[in-house]
Parts: sequence; structure tokens; C-alpha cells
Amino acid sequence: MHELSIAQNILEIVQQSLPPEPAPPVKCVRLKIGEMAGVVTDSLEFCFSVLISDTTMGGAKLEIESVPVMANCKTCGNDFRVEDYVFACPSCSSSDLEVLSGRELQVVEVELADEKVEVA
Amino acid sequence: MSVITIERKVLEKNDTLAAQNRELFSGHRLFVVNMVSSPGSGKTSLLERTIEHLGSKKRLAVIEGDVQTDYDAQRLARYHIPVVQIVTNGGCHLEANLVKNALTNFDLKSVDLLIIENVGNLVCPANYDLGETMKVVLMSTTEGDDKPLKYPAMFRNSGALVINKVDLLPYVNCHLEDLKQNALQINPSLKIFETSCTTRAGISQWCDWLAQKVPVHP
Repeated sequence: MHELSIAQNILEIVQQSLPPEPAPPVKCVRLKIGEMAGVVTDSLEFCFSVLISDTTMGGAKLEIESVPVMANCKTCGNDFRVEDYVFACPSCSSSDLEVLSGRELQVVEVELADEKVEVA
Repeated sequence: MSVITIERKVLEKNDTLAAQNRELFSGHRLFVVNMVSSPGSGKTSLLERTIEHLGSKKRLAVIEGDVQTDYDAQRLARYHIPVVQIVTNGGCHLEANLVKNALTNFDLKSVDLLIIENVGNLVCPANYDLGETMKVVLMSTTEGDDKPLKYPAMFRNSGALVINKVDLLPYVNCHLEDLKQNALQINPSLKIFETSCTTRAGISQWCDWLAQKVPVHP
């Protein structure tokens, strides 16, 4: 259950990035999470929603972009997607690889809610 | 619609502290192992055998990570080496700041090899760099040969795999060759050891390999 600790880190980073008081309402927080980052997104969303429920960010959603595990073969130069964690080049079978992506855990941006002032 | 670009790593705070730990370790020419496994694979038993085998040749120190209790640190007390217990109080992994704080209890000038026993968990510790030189993943034959496929990140990010409890192979549904093949598929450069902390099989191979990783002090 390290998702709670990850959610706390996300909240801290977002709060540091928002303009000073009064903090604008946040519609969503966009994240990039690698397939091999070991994060259960359902659990992260739940933890995040609990953490923000009593803050000015209450109701903000997480939008998660999943990043596939990609690798570059150092033998034949082929770039390919690693399927089922088989770390071998599908064209030349070499296992001398550089993993290019798949471990990301990044806060990309926040989208603020549009404030519409209703005039009665 | 207004958007604020952030582009920051979620675990940047941990990564910064881990980099500080790593710098401290390399300044003292320390080899640091972050030992990870499921609960009950035999991390503390492997530590005991390792201390018995290497204790007279290398200056060892241990950081014990546990969710509750200091039982493991008590088990190691009889070896009279520096041991610091971190109790995470429910936390499922060690983080770099916990290790950083624990380091203030050691005289690092008098240590060659520091082994950090992480909390028993094959998922969460994979994300948290502690500043170690190498992760070593331990698993026991009773856990089954498909374990690497279920926890690929941990096996991918480790430098060595210790397969413990090989003395139980005749009694459990675990095929050693399949296990090794599954682990090597994820990480072809994984160095694999087969041990039994009960019969002491394979302990000297593991310790000899570990000893030659430790820098020789002038």
C-alpha cells in the first residue's frame, strides 16, 4: 500500500505548483505512470480522493496516462515494446537492451476548473 | 480552461535524499546492499549466515527494516556488529530519509559492507531508491517458480537473486530451472545463487561473491 505515500507526494507537488491563496479550484491532475512502476491506479485514485476531500482540491480527478515498457536493442538498434516482461529483442533475440520507458511516475500538469461567476 | 505545467517526478524528494545517501556511501567506499523479498523468505537468516561467514573478513553493519517489533535486530545482537532497527509502524517499505536518519547511528569509517534489510514486500520497495549500490532480491523455493513473473519490477531492478530454502525442493512444487528461466527472462544479467540457510548449502558462494564486491580499503 505505498499508493497512499505516492498520493501524498502528488498532493504536495501540486500544492507547491498552484498560485498563492486563494488557491484556484483544480479540475484534474494529469500523471504519467509506467507499466512497470508498480502502482495500482485504482488504489492511487482512491487514496488521492481521500487525501484531498478536506482541501480546496476536493473533487479533483486524477487522469493517468499509462506508459508502455519500451526498449532499444543495443545489438541491432531495434526499438520495441516489451510484452509480458520478456526482455529480449523480437528481431535478433539479443538481451543487451536499454529500457527506454515504463518506470515513469510523474506529475505532468494540473487543469484548473473554469470559474463561472453566476450573476443572480 | 487553464493548465499549469508541472513535469515533476512524484518521488523526487526520495530520489534527492537517496542521491545524498549514495554520495555518502561512495565517500566512505562502502558497498551497500538493499535486500528485498516477501515476508518469510529468509532475509534475516541469510544475514545471520552472511555475518557468520564474512564477519571476520569484512566490517559489516546492518539496517533492519520492519513494520513492527525489533525481533530481527535482537536476533543479530549476538554477532556484536553495528545494527540499527527502523520500525516503519505500518509502512510497507523503507524510504531514503529513514535510511539517512539511521546512518547517523553508524561510524561509517569503520564499515565496509552495509546490508539494509527492507520490509518484506516485493512491490513497494521497488519504487524507493535508498542510495544502495545494489538491490539483491531473495526468494524461497516454497514461494513457487512463477514469482519473478508476478513481481517483474523487483527482479528487473536487482543485481542478484538468492534462491533460498533449496533443501526443501523435494517437498515443494517449485522447479528450479523454470524459476531461473523466468528470472533471467526479466533480467538476463541477474547473478543467481542457490542457498539453504539451514544446511548452509551455497552460502560460501554467495558470501565469496559479495566479499569481492566490497572495495578493498588501502
